[in-house]
Amino acid sequence: MDTLVAKAGGWLGLALIALVMAAVAVDAPFAVHMIIVALAALLMLWATVSRADYEAIARGLLKMPGDQGLYDDGPVRWGVVATLFWGIAGMAAGLFIALQLAFPALNLNLEYTTFGRLRPLHTSAVIFAFGGNALIATSFYVVQRTCRARLAFPSLARFVFWGYQLFIVLAATGYLMGVTEAKEYAEPEWYVDLWLTIVWVAYLAVFVGTIVKRREPHIYVANWFYLSFIVTIAMLHIVNNLSIPASIVGSKSYAAFAGVQDALTQWWYGHNAVGFFLTAGFLAMMYYFVPKQAERPVYSYRLSIIHFWSLIFLYIWAGPHHLHYTALPDWAQTLGMVFSVILWMPSWGGMINGLMTLNGAWDKIRTDPIIRMMVMALAFYGMSTFEGPMMSIKWVNSMSHYTDWTIGHVHSGALGWNGMITFACVYYLVPRLWGRPRLYSLRMVNWHFWLATVGIVFYAASMWVAGIMQGLMWREYGADGYLVYSFAESVAAMHPMYLIRAAGGAMYLAGFLIMIVNVWATLAGKIRTEKPMAETPYNAAADRPLVPVPAE
Amino acid sequence: MATQPAEKGFSHKKVERNVTLLGALALLTVTIGGIVEIAPLFWIDNTVEKVDGMRPYTPLELAGRNIYMREGCYTCHSQMIRPFRDEVERYGHYSLAAESMYDHPFQWGSKRTGPDLARVGGRYSDEWHKAHLIDPRSVVPESIMPPYAFLAERELRTGDMANDLTALYRVGVPYTKADIEKANDDIRAQADPAAGAGDLQKRYPKAQVRDFDGDPGRVTEMDALIAYLQMLGTLVDVDKAAPQERPGETEAAR
Repeated sequence: MDTLVAKAGGWLGLALIALVMAAVAVDAPFAVHMIIVALAALLMLWATVSRADYEAIARGLLKMPGDQGLYDDGPVRWGVVATLFWGIAGMAAGLFIALQLAFPALNLNLEYTTFGRLRPLHTSAVIFAFGGNALIATSFYVVQRTCRARLAFPSLARFVFWGYQLFIVLAATGYLMGVTEAKEYAEPEWYVDLWLTIVWVAYLAVFVGTIVKRREPHIYVANWFYLSFIVTIAMLHIVNNLSIPASIVGSKSYAAFAGVQDALTQWWYGHNAVGFFLTAGFLAMMYYFVPKQAERPVYSYRLSIIHFWSLIFLYIWAGPHHLHYTALPDWAQTLGMVFSVILWMPSWGGMINGLMTLNGAWDKIRTDPIIRMMVMALAFYGMSTFEGPMMSIKWVNSMSHYTDWTIGHVHSGALGWNGMITFACVYYLVPRLWGRPRLYSLRMVNWHFWLATVGIVFYAASMWVAGIMQGLMWREYGADGYLVYSFAESVAAMHPMYLIRAAGGAMYLAGFLIMIVNVWATLAGKIRTEKPMAETPYNAAADRPLVPVPAE
Repeated sequence: MATQPAEKGFSHKKVERNVTLLGALALLTVTIGGIVEIAPLFWIDNTVEKVDGMRPYTPLELAGRNIYMREGCYTCHSQMIRPFRDEVERYGHYSLAAESMYDHPFQWGSKRTGPDLARVGGRYSDEWHKAHLIDPRSVVPESIMPPYAFLAERELRTGDMANDLTALYRVGVPYTKADIEKANDDIRAQADPAAGAGDLQKRYPKAQVRDFDGDPGRVTEMDALIAYLQMLGTLVDVDKAAPQERPGETEAAR
């Protein structure tokens, strides 16, 4: 009972501290954030008291231990729901800002809905909220199965989940109010960064603790990738966000580094947010879920060792390719370019290891739409990890940099690789986590697959055209020796491309909505009666010889 | 994998049976690239070639820069002109490393949905900027920029600007004691000619002192943002800083 009182008192104390901070805040957004923190703490207080296991307390325990014969899947289930929720929010925001570029009236003449404030909302929501929840949920699922052990520190695992949601809410509301460090993909301000650091260390403790508890002698390859993702993101996050707040009760801070040094630190972070958050972590998902769904072992154990070490070693070097021809010293640019090109090899090594896992099960592409999604994800991974090194070559980059080609490249990776593999994993997980015989509908998965694929093609193709058009228009000289186009003319020329891009995004989002319906119905325990994907029709009545009928 | 004869020397199996070893090796592997690429930038002298004219931002310019960041201008505008003929003719001399040496954080950007702003200072009048920010399409019909009319209506509230200058001082920006003490007065001094500029322009050479938003009665967010935009790229005499590599000038003509 004492522990319960201490716990409840702790939450109450935290809420009071947050309220005091809100009262003395020097700017309104900071006050709003502290009120959100106070509300979260009060919510935890309510949960602690009302959901306490008083029977267990009577026996001198804080909580009845869960069924030790089952995996601890509570946080995984919440994580899957959170993945879908934030995914819809983030992609809807993306579609909205895409339409703003075609129709600027959609900025609505409000400060909260301008492109400049919504763009970080979109990028953070899809990368950190959608992608991050998918990574946390799948890592908790995979690490338990591959270690044959329940999660270490179950309460801490729940703290990781809810703490991460609080991080998302603080970051997102901050962007709307204009609270930002103005460093791409690292926009949350100093106090939100500190909170994420705490949550991340807890995440590392749960993950490593579970591996330490393992009942298998080997640590499975998926866990290497998850571990390197967690460790590297911690390093990048801390170094890139070093800053000094103007006031400890205000939201504004100033970055520790300036100019050139800050630029390379930022892109060392930014490129490896791609390399470790969106690549290493998602490769971990590939290394578990593709073999599972295909019912085949991973193609090559040796290749996975080479893949792992070369990928994590090389990725870190590639950051300077975001700064070609800038004031960054030339040696750093060239080094970044060389390593970016070399990086093509481990990337394709991983793709080959994933695709070749289907050896002996290639027929499933025809019959299993989930496998189909995984294969398409790997194909897009291969495509964008070829495109990336190509764009990092200085000669190509001199034209592609600052254009929408970059946006197209990012989205073929994000929608094609990260989105598709996440959808496939969620389709795999949902029936297993909620104890359903199968998904509500496999045909709807197929619809999702095609809408998403065609949507990405519209998106990427329109942005290739747009980017190359911008690059060429900006540098076009006439016979008279003058620049041919004003900047405004290049903006006007983009309009049709922005429309096609938005159409592609809308298709992708429509596929996602079909997924929501499908998952919702699965959770409700429904099963759709539909023609199976795999069977060849057989009509016994028609399966007879044609007997000639004698004429009358 | 098939069973193998007893391992000699190093085997990857050791690594994949020991999470501490695996984690430590992974961390070591991912630190190398950053150390080799980033750390030298802090001690190789010619990373940032010294140029005349660079000074820290005035408090009003700094407040404007904070608004620039708050509104996410960096998501569509770069501040980094690359050394290509077309960029130099379109935007001005290519950007020098020293020109962002007091930028915490840098705002080089990564995308040009709108044009580069590294040298936008002095290219347009204050009136143009105000009209453009209130309704971009009133002056550039093709523009897709969001409108920022609220900046003109809102009084500039920075809190105690001395805190901001102190924080910047702590990360290496050479503000003087006087700069920090007068931080709040300097805002009014720069935006309101009637108030008297005092020694502002002595402490901040080339600081532009005037009412920027056509509303002399008060200092608005519009004042701060236009003050910032109008000083971008104006501090360094780039022709003096880089006598070579001037576009369009042949070896013989020099």
